[in-house]
Amino acid sequence: MLLVPCPNCGPRNAADLSYNGESHARPDPTTCTPEDWRTYLYLRDNPSGWLRESWYCSSGCRKHFTIERHTLTGELRTPILPGSKPGATKGETK
Amino acid sequence: MSHRLPASEGEVLDRTKTLPFTWNGKKLEGFEGDTITSALMANGHHIISRSMKYHRRRGALTADYWDPNTTVQVGDEPNVRASHRKLEAGMQVSAQNVWPSLTFDIKAANRLVGRFLTAGFYYKTFMKPAALWPTYEHVLARFAPGGEVDLDTPHGRYDKRFAHPDVVVAGGGPAGLSAAIAAAEAGASVMLVEHEHRVGGHLLWGTEQDRARAAELAAAARTAGVEILTNATVTGRYEDNWVAISERSHPGVIERLIKARAKTLIVAAGTIERPYVFEGNDLPGVMTSGAVRRLITMYGVKPGTQAVVFSANESGDAAIDDLRRAGVSIARVVDALTGERIVSATGSKSRVKEVLLDDGAKITCDLLVTAVGWTTPTSLLNMAGDRPVYDANAARFFPAGAPDNVLATGGMIGDGALDDLLEHGRSTGELAAGRAAVVRHRLQAATARAEAVNGPEPAYPPDERVPLDRWPHPELFRAVTHGIVDYSEDVSSKDLYSAAAEGFDSVELIKRFTTATMGPSQGKLETVNTVAVLAQAKGDSIADVGTTVWRPPYAPISLGALAGRINEPTRRSVIQPWHEANGATPILAGQWVRPDHYGDPAAEVRNCRENVGIIDVTPLGKLDLQGPDVPKLLSLLYTNKWMQLPIGGVRYGIMCAEDGVVLDDGVTARLGEEHYLMTTTSSGAARIWSWIEMWLQTERPEWRVHVTPLTTGLTSINIAGPNARALLGRLTDIDLDNDAFPYMQVRQGTIAGVDGCIAWRIGFTGELSYEIHVPSGHGLAIWERLLADGDDLGVKPFGLEAQRIMRLEKGHFIVGQDTDGLSKAPVTGLDSLLRLDKDDWAGMPEVRWSLESRDHPVLVACQPDDGTVVPEEAAQILRSGTNEIVGRITSSRMSPTLERSICLAQVDRAFADAGTSLEILLVDGRRITATVNEHHAHFDPEGERLRG
Repeated sequence: MLLVPCPNCGPRNAADLSYNGESHARPDPTTCTPEDWRTYLYLRDNPSGWLRESWYCSSGCRKHFTIERHTLTGELRTPILPGSKPGATKGETK
Repeated sequence: MSHRLPASEGEVLDRTKTLPFTWNGKKLEGFEGDTITSALMANGHHIISRSMKYHRRRGALTADYWDPNTTVQVGDEPNVRASHRKLEAGMQVSAQNVWPSLTFDIKAANRLVGRFLTAGFYYKTFMKPAALWPTYEHVLARFAPGGEVDLDTPHGRYDKRFAHPDVVVAGGGPAGLSAAIAAAEAGASVMLVEHEHRVGGHLLWGTEQDRARAAELAAAARTAGVEILTNATVTGRYEDNWVAISERSHPGVIERLIKARAKTLIVAAGTIERPYVFEGNDLPGVMTSGAVRRLITMYGVKPGTQAVVFSANESGDAAIDDLRRAGVSIARVVDALTGERIVSATGSKSRVKEVLLDDGAKITCDLLVTAVGWTTPTSLLNMAGDRPVYDANAARFFPAGAPDNVLATGGMIGDGALDDLLEHGRSTGELAAGRAAVVRHRLQAATARAEAVNGPEPAYPPDERVPLDRWPHPELFRAVTHGIVDYSEDVSSKDLYSAAAEGFDSVELIKRFTTATMGPSQGKLETVNTVAVLAQAKGDSIADVGTTVWRPPYAPISLGALAGRINEPTRRSVIQPWHEANGATPILAGQWVRPDHYGDPAAEVRNCRENVGIIDVTPLGKLDLQGPDVPKLLSLLYTNKWMQLPIGGVRYGIMCAEDGVVLDDGVTARLGEEHYLMTTTSSGAARIWSWIEMWLQTERPEWRVHVTPLTTGLTSINIAGPNARALLGRLTDIDLDNDAFPYMQVRQGTIAGVDGCIAWRIGFTGELSYEIHVPSGHGLAIWERLLADGDDLGVKPFGLEAQRIMRLEKGHFIVGQDTDGLSKAPVTGLDSLLRLDKDDWAGMPEVRWSLESRDHPVLVACQPDDGTVVPEEAAQILRSGTNEIVGRITSSRMSPTLERSICLAQVDRAFADAGTSLEILLVDGRRITATVNEHHAHFDPEGERLRG
């Protein structure tokens, strides 16, 4: 099981958190087309390599944060709480 | 115990303790320390199983955990590995997969039709016609291998444990012990896992001096503080060294699953001796050198009287010494190093009798011992990404490389004298401890609140270990004849040849087609022989064919251990004990134990409609919302408008997910200028709390809103019925007059002397009703006061079932009952609540497009024309006279108020108009008709009662 570095709680078993998948910007609901909206809902890049995704520390501090994960190696880096800048938190383990 | 040797120094038996047991009903005795196999063999029973397909008699082959031929039934437990399981007094052991008996087995007739059971037989034969599949299944099930499962077996005790050791060592042989000691002495916390019942590895069946060294190492490991787990297996290695350990020796439980986060994992799994492939290689009496050494030295069993030994290495030579010591005469040593080979073995049905050599000699014997080389069990390294590489000179695969936090030592990576193995283990243990210290430091430093933990980070130690030698070994896999490759799956080298000829010529393909390596020993004995035979068949080298990738688990884990304790936490309101003491039938609703009813739900409904009832609705999700931006939050999450809700107002709302599907519903009250109380469905409480936090943290971080869950902090009671006002009025200082406190309003005040209570008027039951939320410490007292003070008003408690009937009478839908994961908000028919004139709300675009296209089903109320019939929930609604599904019943009940059946249903829009006749298919196949109502409410559609 992955050890996920929560910016607040530190490294935690992935089972302590909820996985919310690839980070996607929410389109403007008043102007978006069905294609835009359904891309936001369903389509994922699923790259082989680095991916920015969102996690929720549901059994810990209950904070949402994003983190980069390498989909081949499982490596994790740069966890960021929404609204803060990269490097402002120190949760990296590798 | 006719085949028991005199007591000797190395045995693990306690001959002062005799254990009675039965074998296929026959009474036998063994000693404390015996395995089931050693006890059977000591009693002269050397046939222990029948093979899977051909039902050939089989005896011990390796006499250890991996022995494919010694799987038995013990009492109600099937598939017990008899060569590993310790004998216990009173065990009822029997052969499995035989009928009617082990010695006379009708299914052995499969041998006669063996040519039909070759590779891919099942795939080819049981394909067509599809109509016969049920028949095939029935026939095959009778011939399936494995023991009998007793469905009445009580659930045993299993457990789980989480551990955070610095170093986990998989394997308690000399190298593993040495590594564990060195790591512990370097300051690491160490867990050593050994799948045998004692540590020491191959030293245990070696010389007297070997055993003395093993005892020294075990004592040193204990002194150094190593946690030693025996009869335990590291079954898997996952990301970030998450290590699963199945421990079968923990007191009080059958099996315990340990989930360990190892900072460094040392794999010291040793080697596994390979069987040799030749005609007759599965006759009882054909064994590996390791098997006879273990049986003689550890278990005092004489494995035969006259032996042929085919030896290519020092283990075969040691077996010869052991056999001589046990009084077994050596008929012939076939020395592989000088080029001698065996060709085939023949025997009676029950025992090997003669061995044919390549010089034409025929040697009479009742025991044939082979020592032809080793398999490296690289499973755990494979799981860490290692792909082993074949070394023809040493005739075995070796690991090629794993991540920095996984280190291998011992026989897996090379050969050497005992001192060489110990030294390599020692340097590996030191390296592992050094690297674990760095990982530990990084983990501690990675928490935001931990500043400068333990000073600066230690240096990361490089791998400077002196590698072990690799001793040359002849490549010995198959004789010139064909024999069994996979004993547990009954796959022969001939099968592999024919599969290769059919084009299954990659190792991963041939494995799946023939099922070689896919039986209970999972390739531990068979993989390298499979690869070697395939290489021969293709005329390729073993290195080019490569090997299969071992996946978890390394050894089987019982489902019970994965499940752990049966420990499903449930929640209860403070009133629940009262409910159960007063005749309530409990029901588990989500996580909550609630009163379903108190004997007669229909009577509870009538009492609410005529007098007054009270229900404990504490599980209702309750969220306290405070801050200036709460109205914006409510507008964003609910589909309707919230910016103008006055203080004292209560409003109902529906929430959607971003795909427009109904997520939750409930009422929210404005208690003060910037203070709101939201209620959610009982099952949605946790989800909606998270949902709100997600929006506030990620999409609207600038909004000022505090969210506090109050679900269990407030006890909630709904008081419903014509006498509700009179009842609550006796207990509260809140003015309940209909003008002062009208429908859909909230007030705060004192109830039964308790300050800080909240009361609101809502209409879920359709009656005049006050829902009160009181501090939970007073919940039970207030409940009891309501009952005591309202006795003359006819107050009675009612349960969940009565509430569900009443809400159905009123046509209120339940999220998850009348809607599902495909039901977008317009399905509810509550279009007036779907406000597209707002800027934004969760799921709005999908709801807009859904309303534009109108291609969704819609929720309607309907009544069967025969009011005595209650259609089942989920019964299909069909286009009349056809099988075309146009909807389904989502809720149905017999209404005590209307004295007829009532339903809610989702139907295609064409069937949603009032007066439409619906055809409902009942579960028993009957079709009935029902008529769509004008309103969702079957009862009091104008809502006069709840506003009164």
